[in-house]
Amino acid sequence: MSEPKRPFRILPLVTPENEHYWKGGAKGELRFLRCGACATLVHPPSPVCPECLARELAPAAVSGRARLLTWTVNHHPWIPGFEPPYLIAIVEIEEQPGVRVTTNLVNCSPEELRMDLPVQVLFEECPDGIFIPLFEPVRG
Amino acid sequence: MEILERRAALTGIGQSDVGRRLGRDPLGLTVDACLAAIADAGLTRADIDGVATYPGMMAAAPGFSGAGVVELQEALRLKLDWWAGGPETSGQLGSVITACAAVAAGYARHVLCFRSVFESSAQGSGPRAGIGTGGGRSGPPRAQGMLQWTLPYGAASAACWIAMFAQRHFLEYGTTREQMAWIALNARRNAAKNPKAIYREPLTLDDYLAARMISTPFCLYDCDVPVDGATAFVVSHADAARDLRRPPLRVEAVGSALHGRPSWDQFDDLTTMALRDAAKMLWQRTDLTPSDVDVVECYDGFSFITMAWLEALGFCGKGESGPFIDGGTRIALDGELPLNTHGGQLSAGRLHGYGYLHEACVQLWGEGGERQVPGDPQVAVAAAGGGPLGGCLLLTRS
Repeated sequence: MSEPKRPFRILPLVTPENEHYWKGGAKGELRFLRCGACATLVHPPSPVCPECLARELAPAAVSGRARLLTWTVNHHPWIPGFEPPYLIAIVEIEEQPGVRVTTNLVNCSPEELRMDLPVQVLFEECPDGIFIPLFEPVRG
Repeated sequence: MEILERRAALTGIGQSDVGRRLGRDPLGLTVDACLAAIADAGLTRADIDGVATYPGMMAAAPGFSGAGVVELQEALRLKLDWWAGGPETSGQLGSVITACAAVAAGYARHVLCFRSVFESSAQGSGPRAGIGTGGGRSGPPRAQGMLQWTLPYGAASAACWIAMFAQRHFLEYGTTREQMAWIALNARRNAAKNPKAIYREPLTLDDYLAARMISTPFCLYDCDVPVDGATAFVVSHADAARDLRRPPLRVEAVGSALHGRPSWDQFDDLTTMALRDAAKMLWQRTDLTPSDVDVVECYDGFSFITMAWLEALGFCGKGESGPFIDGGTRIALDGELPLNTHGGQLSAGRLHGYGYLHEACVQLWGEGGERQVPGDPQVAVAAAGGGPLGGCLLLTRS
């Protein structure tokens, strides 16, 4: 299955709290909030570190490398313009177990997927400066 | 420690007409169910001094919430000493669990609990809608809150979210579609004996395997069917339950825990869900064990959720629900653990959680008719919710 040809995406409402995630792709960066006290990465964004309760959280870029935890091939037309089939997945970033994102897997077929498959981020540019993080298998 | 929910009992049940596109006012359906439950208990509306519902008045997907507490209070002019409604609780049955606490605390003697839906009429004849995808002429709204993490990816339904839990279970434990099918096939087999069920015609494994896929590994038959309908219960203080029309069904224990992250994609174990913690809590509050249970009614909004409940409730080991249900013998009406004896939400309709507790009561009162579990069942589990929602009750007839 190749990348859907520019699917119609329902975009996120960008706020000061989530801007780092949805706009980091402008600089090619996948970003999460990181605790200034204990370095825990926090996602989804929160005003407080869930580990040490510090308030000093700031966006930080990660490598963009992740592993595949699970996926589904969606066949139902939920959203006009976002034509099935397409691959939805949950991936866990390399830097910290438990930091996961739901995403679309692109540039691959369902047959080649397996648990823990190494994947890497790429971005789809959308209106209003939004860059949707997608993932694809690491090749070679 | 006193297990306070044992001061509570189920004393009456009621249900409106249930069907596809009934085209009826959802408050009317709610009133039907509530008046039926009050009469079933041998009470009048003057006896009702508490009301609880899920989710009540809220901005919701079309048809998701048929009525709120205050609408019912106005319609029946109830005099309430305690009332509560809302979506933030341990699943749909969280409202009933809260009602048990209210009668145990003495806030009320007889609490009317209800859940009403009109998703079938509200969604019309088109394909099943995604969550948060409607926007009218100006286009869809921007995704906010939790939905911002899934909607941009076309993951617009719990079908997609739960499918990924099922897929992870398949990957870790070797579970197969041929095994998971038995949740749907067993439900259909039981629905054939339930006059109120939506889908009653026979369903075979071949039919299941040939059905169109929704979101792998889920096919059409792994997804429940939206309906219009309302279900209601009367939860009474045990002292006030003794002389009513029916033998009271005692609440032996409840499970309402939420320990993991309240999320569809951040939960620590992607082969189970929040229901894991609710189920564990249930058994911590009783000396009964899973082997004492005569009938289990548990959530099948999507087939895999039932499998997760069976494991969490200890009816089989972790990861073993596939072999446990395979072939459908064990979970049949005459099997060792009769499951979803009314047909579940998959075949009897998406009454959203309350249908399971209703059926548990029907079975314990011996009124299942053609679908009655043999052997005079004494102990039942009713469990509802998936994803970040999960709540369960253990009922006994004595």
